[in-house]
Amino acid sequence: MSTHHRPAGNGQIQFGVFFQGVNHTTVWKTPESGSQTDFESFRRVAQTAERGLFSAFFLGEGLRLREHLGRIHDLDVAGRPDAQTALAALAAVTTNIGLVATQNTTYNDPADLAHRLASLDLLSGGRAAWNIVTTDNAWTGANFRRGGFLKHEDRYIRAEAFVQTAKAIWDSWADGAIAGSRDAGRWLADGSAAPVRRKDASFDVEITGRLPRSSQQHPVLFQAGDSADGRDFAVRNADVIFSRHAELEDAKKFREDIVARTLKAGRPADDVKIFPGQEFILGATEAEAEEKHQWVREQQVGPETAIAYLEQFWGRTLNEYDPDGPLPETDPIVDVTNPTRGNAFHGASAKELAAQWRAEAKDKGQSIRQFVAARSRLNGRGLVGSYDGIADKLAEYAHAGAVDGFNITPWIVPGGLDEIVNELVPRLQDRGVYRTEYEGTNLRENLGLRAPLTRRASLNSGRNGAGLTESQNVA
Amino acid sequence: MLRQPSGILWRGAPETDLAAPRQVNVVPAAPAALKKETMASTPVPELRSKIVALELDGDGAHPAAWRRASHLPGALLGGGRIRETAQAAEIAGFHLATFRDSRVLDAGSTGIAGRIDAVQRAAFAAPLTRSLGLVPEVGTLFTEPFHVATQLASLDYSSHGRAGWLVSAANEPAEARSVGRQALAEADVLAEAADVVEAGRRLWDSWEDGAVIRDAATGRYLDRDKLHYADFEGERFSVKGPSIIPRPLQGQLVVFAPAGLIPAVEADVALAAAGTVDGLAAAAAAAAAAGTPRTLVELDVVLDSRGQPAAERLAELDAFERWQGGARYAGSAAGLVELLVELFRAADGVRLHPAVLDIDLPELAAQVLPELRRAGVAAPRPGTTLRETFGLPRPANRYAVA
Repeated sequence: MSTHHRPAGNGQIQFGVFFQGVNHTTVWKTPESGSQTDFESFRRVAQTAERGLFSAFFLGEGLRLREHLGRIHDLDVAGRPDAQTALAALAAVTTNIGLVATQNTTYNDPADLAHRLASLDLLSGGRAAWNIVTTDNAWTGANFRRGGFLKHEDRYIRAEAFVQTAKAIWDSWADGAIAGSRDAGRWLADGSAAPVRRKDASFDVEITGRLPRSSQQHPVLFQAGDSADGRDFAVRNADVIFSRHAELEDAKKFREDIVARTLKAGRPADDVKIFPGQEFILGATEAEAEEKHQWVREQQVGPETAIAYLEQFWGRTLNEYDPDGPLPETDPIVDVTNPTRGNAFHGASAKELAAQWRAEAKDKGQSIRQFVAARSRLNGRGLVGSYDGIADKLAEYAHAGAVDGFNITPWIVPGGLDEIVNELVPRLQDRGVYRTEYEGTNLRENLGLRAPLTRRASLNSGRNGAGLTESQNVA
Repeated sequence: MLRQPSGILWRGAPETDLAAPRQVNVVPAAPAALKKETMASTPVPELRSKIVALELDGDGAHPAAWRRASHLPGALLGGGRIRETAQAAEIAGFHLATFRDSRVLDAGSTGIAGRIDAVQRAAFAAPLTRSLGLVPEVGTLFTEPFHVATQLASLDYSSHGRAGWLVSAANEPAEARSVGRQALAEADVLAEAADVVEAGRRLWDSWEDGAVIRDAATGRYLDRDKLHYADFEGERFSVKGPSIIPRPLQGQLVVFAPAGLIPAVEADVALAAAGTVDGLAAAAAAAAAAGTPRTLVELDVVLDSRGQPAAERLAELDAFERWQGGARYAGSAAGLVELLVELFRAADGVRLHPAVLDIDLPELAAQVLPELRRAGVAAPRPGTTLRETFGLPRPANRYAVA
């Protein structure tokens, strides 16, 4: 595979914001930390992001409260609204920013989820997006009619069938299906809504779409899976990858891999955009940023959180250990690690993991708390630095084409974007790597995405309204 | 802000005439372990104002409403239309808006076939309004009870405590097929709807008030003793819980249901319908006798407008497609005021279904709501939350230790 061609970036950096709602990285112990459920918190973050010309506002989803050693996990921020319901309200008080709902393919029905996404898309004037996630455990299934679970390897089979069905539902109304005037015979032209039938290992359904397409045709699809299966799923189905690869060299490698997979899937190299998740910790000077960084990390991983983190891998309480001391010498009591439900990692041999971690912490001279703080960073250290320093660094990402943007995870709510919008964005604009206005009128246009391939009946095709036409719009 | 007509002070309804306080006997339907006694022993307080609700779906309740709308058909399905109609309803002084929904395409009618999801319409209206109750219709038979409960709880947060749930139980084979299931046996419909409502109510209570403690000293964000498994086991589904969102701001959303659809104990507001206006009082009395705390009667409305008599407007609309509907009033605004005052002797309020929103809503706003205020039967903003508007107390949590 050749990787000498210029990567797919366009020399620009965009921002999204991920209002997480459930995690240990949102600082909640300080007075500046606001409510995680009050609508005003969501409004403030979304409107601040829009003032900073962000492309997207993200909400997460977890369909069961996390548990720790058999009880509700009580140390982290938890309790958040249904993503699409919150976004529908935000659609009324924003005008340009994309609204991204994390929604699960295992515990939804395509008929319902596709309709609700189409609803959000119309309400927002073409700004809806779906961050596609899958779940495989019966534990979450206990909240749903479907119950039970999917085998791990079947998650993506169902997800792919789900996405295909959703796209077919979005395409089930012909262009021009709705009456052009109040004198027409019917509001919805006869035969202009074609039923979608699907029968396979995952579904046996017949669905007739209940809405037309928005100005962006289909909601934009985000995907975050990082395994080989996840990446292949993304290049077949998604428009944007919400990646874990934020460090510059890692980001370049990830881009190369995704470009190769995208071409192999028969799509243009720049058809799939990449937005790594990242935390920004800024200051007027490097020293100020570094000081803030230390403070944020201490806030994020308190002594209780550090111990609880190890407990989920050890399978037992460890409260007799000093969080500022070395890792426990005792071995885990479980064979396989069983981290807090809702996390993505499991299945490693517990004893091997413990031995490996003890050695690593000893090598680095880390206490439990320091080890956990380092370990629980998803994307390395985060972007820590002065306004100018980070602006220069982001310009480097832009010029290298390593990413299309960053999905920023604020470490505090609702004020976590203020500094980024007030200080960083103008500096990026000065460097010519950040938009000075929204380019388009919908999310797809603002992300620089092509219109989706659609296959639908067109009443305007001159084929008597019944024929299927393949319409592909390649810009 | 709603303003009263100049020179007229809200003087309060003569409660003894209009809303005799009732003691409601509620039979706990849940297992004995659950604490429902507090709910059962709480008398329902008096209603401070009769309730005037408005159904806000599409372009109006008549299937030909879209032909008389002030916009082109293609402009219906977006946020702009919801902003316009919800704000108009609030300014007019309606206490709440309902949002009809259907989970199948209604291809048989010449009328509007497409609908934006009702919960989302209500959510979109939330930050654009300040006092209007927002009550989406949400089905029970083929939805996921967990999703329904969390979506509605979220709506309560977005609206600062103005959300309700209009329960429906459409048993459509087409809807069943769309989720890979079969329509229920008719005998099972009521029980299933009741199960879904009960599961939703348990999920709303699964976080006690104050479960988010943010105790920096111990590092605990939650008080896990205030979180509870819903452990609902129905005939056709079970839900473990707890919910993924804290208890709604109102504690429990106001639950509306057609009279008789779910057990009286599960609903806060019964919607009493009849084939004719004459049947409404009896329908309301029956719903109230069944024990639902509040009762609204359902009334279709066509008003004289712009010099055109209501009967003529109706005939024109019916020429396109006949309006099935229910009890109907067609006539002058003054006549409607008289009828409503009369109906309010038997019911706690009314839900109006205007034939054409763009024509009948301005008439209602200009000539009906002001007269109801003047007559002292409908107060502006009787409550901050929807429960308060209905004079319903914030319920105790079934899981809380007294």
